[in-house]
Amino acid sequence: MSWNERIRPETDASEKRSAGKGVFRKCDGCGETLTAESFARNFEVCPQCGQHHRLSADGWRRLLLDGATFTEWDRHLEPADPLQFTDGRSYPERIAAAQRNTSAQEAIEIGRASMDGVAIAYGAFLFSFMGGSMGSVVGEKIARLFERATTERLPVVLLQASGGARMQEGILSLMQMAKTVAALGRLRDARLAFVSVCLHPTTGGVAASFALLGDVNIAEPKALVGFAGPRVIETTIRQKLPEGFQRAEFLLEHGMIDRVVSRLQMKNEIATVLRHLR
Amino acid sequence: MSVVLPFEQPIAELSQRVRDLRALAHGDARYAAELRRLEEKVASLARELFRDLSPWQRVQLSRHPRRPFFHDYLERIFDDFIELHGDRTFGDDAAIVAGLARYPRGPTGRPVMVIGHQKGRGTKEAVRRTFGMPNPEGYRKARRLMELADRFGRPVITFIDTPGAYPGLGAEERGQSEAIGQCLLVMSKLRVPVVACVVGEGGSGGALALGVANRVLALEHVWYSVISPEACASILWKDGSQAEKAASVLKPTAQMALELGVIDQIVEEPPGGAHQDWDAAARRLDSALREALASLEGLTEEELVDDRYRRFRSLGAVRA
Repeated sequence: MSWNERIRPETDASEKRSAGKGVFRKCDGCGETLTAESFARNFEVCPQCGQHHRLSADGWRRLLLDGATFTEWDRHLEPADPLQFTDGRSYPERIAAAQRNTSAQEAIEIGRASMDGVAIAYGAFLFSFMGGSMGSVVGEKIARLFERATTERLPVVLLQASGGARMQEGILSLMQMAKTVAALGRLRDARLAFVSVCLHPTTGGVAASFALLGDVNIAEPKALVGFAGPRVIETTIRQKLPEGFQRAEFLLEHGMIDRVVSRLQMKNEIATVLRHLR
Repeated sequence: MSVVLPFEQPIAELSQRVRDLRALAHGDARYAAELRRLEEKVASLARELFRDLSPWQRVQLSRHPRRPFFHDYLERIFDDFIELHGDRTFGDDAAIVAGLARYPRGPTGRPVMVIGHQKGRGTKEAVRRTFGMPNPEGYRKARRLMELADRFGRPVITFIDTPGAYPGLGAEERGQSEAIGQCLLVMSKLRVPVVACVVGEGGSGGALALGVANRVLALEHVWYSVISPEACASILWKDGSQAEKAASVLKPTAQMALELGVIDQIVEEPPGGAHQDWDAAARRLDSALREALASLEGLTEEELVDDRYRRFRSLGAVRA
């Protein structure tokens, strides 16, 4: 495309700041400025370069689930404050703020759904809720997801996007790793499939528990998936990390995941896997 | 090497005086009563001073360079230990030591699998053991040997003492996350009694990977939490040097873990901490360990798995 063939912007740069706010967005990949609507239509994948931006829980339901709906389980569970944790701002205050900003109760939603006609137990982390961190409620819901799937004989599709265990609940957050994985063990014993989908980012206690124990592990292009955060590793080894380190493609190359799947192919691929493992 | 933390200075000085006097007395019976009286005085002063330690002071004790490590307990309370090496895939990780042994000592001993984090004493050994921070092959070795124990019906006893799993380039390339996750999964399904002892640092997922047990014991001065106080401080205030403050909000102590049901028992340390008397620390841990194993006696394979499942299933703070 030559310069004069480019689509002429409907507003000039000076206007964009105010008038264009929320209407236009710049792609994190190619830097192209496009309408927010054109991102939304494409499930936040850049139509120009294919860069994947964060998609809301609602967006994921529309993308993956038949009729964009599911029967939610255990929405009523709310966190407590076992340590009376505060870092200037108390943990209950942080929870309340996250609940206001996301209109969700916690950092995960679980329930029963159908994907391309296959009945599934579905879970999705909400990264926007305290970085998708796993405290007692998230752990409890994941344990219930695996347990209920076992009882109702459903395969599990779980979308992870999490910085790891939630610091504010201290050691109880750590214990969620053991609890969730033990529940996954029961699903395995019942010979039901677990398709683990790692979105950007999947790290720490979530990565080091169930996220890489899928019967099939899938990650989105360029998603960061790893145990330790890149900054921690850089401080430990005192050298710059190579380009693409801990990204989905790196994990594929090192044998840790089965497939790197573009968001727009995701439903099709997961449904195929589920049918093969039914 | 003598390392004395500021708050243990008074005890260290008195203990040294008692040791000097004992040397001077040359086992002379006339001084025995007086020496015993002095020793009792040191012990009571230590108890006094240590009763109200802050979380940060306990973290410091858990990392005391003179604190007994896994191997020091191993040689005091187990018999016939034979170390087994390697993950059969990549290598052998010296940050995790594992093998078959007889436990307890003496005629009632029976074969067990014992697995623990191992720190090194002195720079050279510490580096070889990556300061007790395992790589994936360490966890894969642990998992292999737990599966072996399961097949042969041997109880599994673990010792936890790690700042955390190693955060390195190679560790990520070789799947640190998956290695830890698999350990958790395999441990949760073991059909044999499993007892874990937190003896020093219980750093996050790298510690828990050896911690999915029917009974979890912790020595008095350990830390066990989701994150180290330093890392917590660097996340909260972008300043790792505020670790003391972070420890006070994170409350990573054995006492808090007991309150939350994460551990089942605190094993009291000798006066002044385990580093003051390795033998006494080992004797105390030994007797708690025997009791823990005895409490699992008679459970069927299925009951053992269920007991462990229920134990971890119940952990958490949730409002419905």
